[in-house]
Amino acid sequence: MTDDNWGLRESYSFDRHTIHEIRRAANTGLYRIRGWGAKRKLPTFDDLVFLGASVSRYPLEGYREACDTGVTLGTRYAKKPIELKIPITIAGMSFGSLSAQAKEALGRGASEVGTSTTTGDGGMTQEERGHSTQLVYQYLPSRYGMNPNDLRQADAIEIVVGQGAKPGGGGMLLGQKITERVAEMRTLPEGIDQRSACRHPDWTGPDDLTIKIRELREITNWEKPIYIKCGAARPYYDTMLAVKAGADVVVIDGMQGGTAATQDCFIEHVGIPTLAAVREAVRALKEIDMHRKVQLVVGGGIRSGADVAKALAMGADAVSIGTAALIALGDNDPHYEDEYRKIGSSAGCYEDFQAGNDPAGITTQDPELSKRLDPVKAGHRLANYLRVLTLEVQTLARANGKSDVHNLEPEDLAALTVEAAAMAGVPLAGTSWIPGQGV
Amino acid sequence: MTAVAPGPANITVMDLARDDLSQVNQDLQKADPRGGPFRVLNPRGAHALACGLTSGIDVEIEGHTGYYCAGMNQAARVTVSGNAGVGVAENMMSGEVWVKGDASQSAGATAHGGLLVVEGNTAARCGISLKGADIVVKGDVGHMSMFLAQAGRLVVLGDAGDSLGDSIYEARIYVRGKVASLGADCIEKEMREEHRTELRDLLERAGCDGVGLDGFRRYGSARQLYHFKAENLDSY
Repeated sequence: MTDDNWGLRESYSFDRHTIHEIRRAANTGLYRIRGWGAKRKLPTFDDLVFLGASVSRYPLEGYREACDTGVTLGTRYAKKPIELKIPITIAGMSFGSLSAQAKEALGRGASEVGTSTTTGDGGMTQEERGHSTQLVYQYLPSRYGMNPNDLRQADAIEIVVGQGAKPGGGGMLLGQKITERVAEMRTLPEGIDQRSACRHPDWTGPDDLTIKIRELREITNWEKPIYIKCGAARPYYDTMLAVKAGADVVVIDGMQGGTAATQDCFIEHVGIPTLAAVREAVRALKEIDMHRKVQLVVGGGIRSGADVAKALAMGADAVSIGTAALIALGDNDPHYEDEYRKIGSSAGCYEDFQAGNDPAGITTQDPELSKRLDPVKAGHRLANYLRVLTLEVQTLARANGKSDVHNLEPEDLAALTVEAAAMAGVPLAGTSWIPGQGV
Repeated sequence: MTAVAPGPANITVMDLARDDLSQVNQDLQKADPRGGPFRVLNPRGAHALACGLTSGIDVEIEGHTGYYCAGMNQAARVTVSGNAGVGVAENMMSGEVWVKGDASQSAGATAHGGLLVVEGNTAARCGISLKGADIVVKGDVGHMSMFLAQAGRLVVLGDAGDSLGDSIYEARIYVRGKVASLGADCIEKEMREEHRTELRDLLERAGCDGVGLDGFRRYGSARQLYHFKAENLDSY
């Protein structure tokens, strides 16, 4: 289709993007690898609305009455649970996929508002530890840079079973970003295309995982909360098994969750949307009477305070953000539009995090590009963004008569589509009908 | 602290038939390396025993251990007079872990440093994702051993199972017996003098007295899969 010829009709099945991809595959013989998360239209929290106060319940004063936002993670077994001032955490992103400046900025921003940030594949950097008052250490299948000293100096441990962008897939970091420092941290030859393991090397099922958790607790004196992070594949069963294995916290990452580098077919076609995953994870926790005893953190496409509030209303204890945090730092900034165009992209569409030539200096190891990101200013932008999310959640909670954001509940919600009603387990707006639940 | 048995060696005896596993681990983790050795009785297949040690102590475990014995070891010398379960010496950073019997799967997985010696056989995935440690197995190793191994050395006096060294990076493998098959991108390589010296040293450290270098072959990465290439499809 072109603007001036209405007789031309673009195929829905073979649209221009599809044609471009077929041509690219034919020319290169390689599958498409990119960053970001799922880009296609999916059911999201936008398909839900809050009902607000009415005759049947009264609101709290928006600017006067307190509305608590704090959350404690790891109350089940850990001697030292994590206390967060806001129910929004920063998801795991590695040094290697991100520049040292970006990692520092994430730590600064999170610390400024009293929340945690998370390491990623490749280990912990001292810059990151130093600028994060609460740091979650990821324990991944690759075990790149895995060091018991770092384990002990973390505030929590997150065993990564999978992530939303690629449930069942391992990490990936292409040669452009395997610099000398990254290679040394990961014990890899400089410049190779790193393809991480997707399974842990020394455990496979939930029974083994129980023993692995015991080992981690023994090594850290039972102090650290232990999270288990799963991509949203079978969240009902995964949550139950994670709890059985001894998790303090379950992290469920929906398919909108971002990645630094993964096959496009993986990002768009594996896993289920965050909206659908939350309800299943909460259902599992409630069925085994562990809701609020094992905390649930939900990630994948969280953008606004409304998203956060809806996730909490559905039963999550906190959310994690990754892509949105990078945007707050400066990712896809229109200021760099000319440079995005030079590399075949555009601000708002940039997704080639694997390429290492990020004009914004975030998803790169190029020292010159990295210098563009001021970690102090970027960290402050992230803190501002986190404050806005928190204020929005409070606004919505008060409007629904809640003095704590965790008092939001499914009864405060209605769905705008049949699909969302079915996935979230809340009534279709204007009805009392929840698909699959009769009447 | 657990009981100290009288004796010239001032051995601290811990008995898992009586003592709590976590207490035993804590005592070992906090032990003064200038003190005497530790002896652990009745391990009865306990998991995560003697894990997270951080000082150069000697620990003798009298019996079979479960998963992750001596996991993440730093500096300590741990001997298992029995068999070891899954992931013995996993992610070891330094020190020495010596198994007198057999070891289960994933022995020495991801270990960064130190020496693991298994006098018997190991099951599958010995040395998986190895990151710099040395492993000497006096018997056979199971399939997929040294899968994704990045650095370090594995010496096998017996045979190796299928897919040895699959997707190996810069780690080196020496096998004296038969290799059932090599994994993707793993090839036999020339034994040069530097490798003979290295192998001799490893055998000596593992107490392989009288074992000559004859019959050993070296395996490592062909480095053909380090980068994405369309023509590599048949390799996977």
